[in-house]
Amino acid sequence: MADLEQIRTRVTLTEHEVINTHSTDFPGNYAGYDDTWSLAKFEEKFRVNIVSLEGSELEFDMVGIDAAIANAFRRILLAEVPTMAIEKVFVHNNTSIIQDEVLAHRLGLIPIHADPRLFEYRQEGDDEGTAEDTLEFHLNVKCTRNPQAPKDSTDPDEIYKDHKVYTKHLKWVPLGNQAELYSEGDIKPVHDDILIAKLRPGQEMDLKLHCVKGIGRDHAKFSPVATASYRLLPEIVLTEEVKGERADRLVRCFSPGVMEVTEENGVKKARVVNSRLDTCSREIFRHPDLKDCVKLNKLRDHFIFSVESTGALAPDVLVCEATKVLMGKCRKFLSELDAAADTEQQNLR
Amino acid sequence: MAEKQKKKLEVVQTLDSDESCQTFVLHDEDHTLGNALRYMIMKNPDVDFCGYSVPHPSEHKINLRIQSRGPPAADILRRGLTELNALCEHVQNTFEGAVEEYKMNQAMQQSTDNTEPMETG
Repeated sequence: MADLEQIRTRVTLTEHEVINTHSTDFPGNYAGYDDTWSLAKFEEKFRVNIVSLEGSELEFDMVGIDAAIANAFRRILLAEVPTMAIEKVFVHNNTSIIQDEVLAHRLGLIPIHADPRLFEYRQEGDDEGTAEDTLEFHLNVKCTRNPQAPKDSTDPDEIYKDHKVYTKHLKWVPLGNQAELYSEGDIKPVHDDILIAKLRPGQEMDLKLHCVKGIGRDHAKFSPVATASYRLLPEIVLTEEVKGERADRLVRCFSPGVMEVTEENGVKKARVVNSRLDTCSREIFRHPDLKDCVKLNKLRDHFIFSVESTGALAPDVLVCEATKVLMGKCRKFLSELDAAADTEQQNLR
Repeated sequence: MAEKQKKKLEVVQTLDSDESCQTFVLHDEDHTLGNALRYMIMKNPDVDFCGYSVPHPSEHKINLRIQSRGPPAADILRRGLTELNALCEHVQNTFEGAVEEYKMNQAMQQSTDNTEPMETG
């Protein structure tokens, strides 16, 4: 029975393989278990604990959910939560050494601080755009010599003016009624110090940029996260007491802070302190005399999420949006099913 | 434009009209919904088999096969989608609650940090 529980709730790391990686808790698989889906049971077990939320980084625990669904959230965060990004670049003039198409690609990757929930998707084939689906920026920079520069200076920062094009040079131009809806601080590049290009005297750039709403599946520039990943909570079980010199060696097999050596009546003993910090390196299996003293597991339903936003939306907002996207998918197909049932009814009549 | 009018959900037509065994084609979807939905449907005791496949990585669609022990496959799919939707709702509410609680704790900690030097000073 204990073994069964282990298979159901733990992923086990052994010397040469990781076992019990698949979820098996489906009805009919185990005698004596009721694995039928029940929302009440799920709600009772499910919990979320925010570990840290600072600026654009979020770490939280999601416990009591299956990998299939946790992974759906992760995938949606990466590829299906929309953001705004530069999609069209109208090049009026570009005499810099960076080619138009390379420049356009670079510009596309700049994270734009604008709430995508306030905008619509641009219709296919529409090149103009409207105030509801487009943000316009202008980039107009011309490099000149600095007449005040010291005579013998060779430093480009001193002898040239505007020779570095940064994201701060992007000027937002409100379309339609956008000036009333948003203030200057709402719409801007997330960072104002991203280097776009370098110029020399006489070179200039005169561009018109259109930002549109899109999703990461279409192009990675629309992805709202720098990273979104999860890992399972590690569990380290000591199956026997490890003492003396072996205890020191055992502790050194794990990441700092995972285990510690305590001294009781002059005898050193190893003890697990915080298995969460472990990187699951499995170094322990290189020590033949130690490898049978511990069991390395991971909790199958305990996900440690780490989400790092690119800055358009706060990371906690992104996770909420991800759940909404998954709900939207469910509703889309439910209404399709309803529509199909309706037409069937009409055909029968 | 034409794609907008196309149906997002289709049923693969077969010779026999067994309603309990059907393959659905979900357009514009991938492993994200496929695997989550497969899990929810397999949690249903009326289901004999459920699996999905991505026929080709550059085609945005999945085939979802459902074989039930009696009820129509469409009903099983409907129940799976409803349950997944309810699950998401609970996840969202729980998450929002946890964030709110975390932010309140942070604010409280900050205010006590600020007042402490004043009291001692």
